[in-house]
Amino acid sequence: MDFLRPLTWEQALAYKAERPEATPIQGGTDVMVEINLDKGRPAALIDLNPVAELTLWSTAGPEIRVGSGVTYTRLIAELGALLPGLAQASRTVGSPQIRNRGTVAGNLGAASPAGDAHPPLLASGAIVEAESVRGTRMIPIAEFYTGVKRHALEPDELIRAVRIPAATGPQYFSKIGTRNAMVIAVCSFAVALHPGERRVGTGIGSAAPTPRHAAEAEEFVAAELDWEGRSPLDPGVARRFGELVAGAAAPIDDVRGRADYRLHSLAVMARRTLGWAWNDYAGRGTA
Amino acid sequence: MRVNISVNGETMAADDVWEGESLLYVLRERLGLPGAKNACEQGECGSCTVYLDGTPVCACLVAAGQAEGRDVITVEGLASGGELDEVQRSFVEAGAVQCGFCTPGLIVQAHSLIESTPGVPEDADIREALAGNLCRCTGYEKILDAVRLAATRKHQP
Repeated sequence: MDFLRPLTWEQALAYKAERPEATPIQGGTDVMVEINLDKGRPAALIDLNPVAELTLWSTAGPEIRVGSGVTYTRLIAELGALLPGLAQASRTVGSPQIRNRGTVAGNLGAASPAGDAHPPLLASGAIVEAESVRGTRMIPIAEFYTGVKRHALEPDELIRAVRIPAATGPQYFSKIGTRNAMVIAVCSFAVALHPGERRVGTGIGSAAPTPRHAAEAEEFVAAELDWEGRSPLDPGVARRFGELVAGAAAPIDDVRGRADYRLHSLAVMARRTLGWAWNDYAGRGTA
Repeated sequence: MRVNISVNGETMAADDVWEGESLLYVLRERLGLPGAKNACEQGECGSCTVYLDGTPVCACLVAAGQAEGRDVITVEGLASGGELDEVQRSFVEAGAVQCGFCTPGLIVQAHSLIESTPGVPEDADIREALAGNLCRCTGYEKILDAVRLAATRKHQP
């Protein structure tokens, strides 16, 4: 195994071009587990820690550009107001030690269907900024996940940043697990209201081969909500929204939970998170 | 490969480090610092918690090469001049130690919490801060006592 230590982003891209089989490592919270437990041995590691620019985030118009080295801890501390859904999900990641090292880009690189960052990224309509020596690609988040632990990156590409629209309305994330910390989601759900566009974004986690939207639920509820009058959420609409979210999932039975439990809990989380978001939007406080 | 790390204020070099090796392995097996414990090797238990550039991390999830040129403080580095650190002393006095395996990780993580909290942390904050440190003996109550004791001593000496 080789250990490659680029000091600049350009050097990192050059290494990845030379060694497309190399695995990038940032926080190590997934990559090192694989190595420690001998689940797979990368041909080479490219350590992105020395590339300081990756630890920056910036505002780019309506978007927040989060560098691939920004840890969950910093995201929670610094971006909670701009990206509330992602910050909520970040708070549920692992433990303080894990959040001190782990990154959203690492979640994307691992592309586990259970990754906590995925549902809010889907609900917000994030874009993955992928780069190689050949150039930059902006990959819409819904096209990023291609299978269980598979993604749309080319072998010579690295994730430079994730571009996430700043929240224009309430956002919520909910996750089922056996305790409050160190939990891989049994399933998870994120909702984001986009009042300017009269649109609702959703993201389902750990209940299909990839994280995914619930498109039909989004369209249904966007048309039913009283955006202008901000009247209370109709319980029937909330329930139907939950059913449609569950209908968009394709879970399996596994060690963390059964498929039917996942479908049931998704419907509950979808109904509840929509209720919280709508209450915020309608100015009625949380339910 | 050779890895140079500042450990507890002293620059140390480890040779023949395998490229996939963890910082934890280097500390324990190459630098003779067995304080940080090796248990789960997947970041679940917190027994290997050390400071990396002032931030508590699981040493098992840091690749050794990632620590090149950086500052690591292990539990061995908390005591000074033969005097236990306040957090260590509080763990002893509160009876927060049973088998002791999780203790070094808990002490580093608790130390970080106390250093970064202006007063005595609330119980919910202590529980949240220690959520990634597993203890299978104590039931955590004495550990909470120890953290409260250390924080109280620090802020109301």
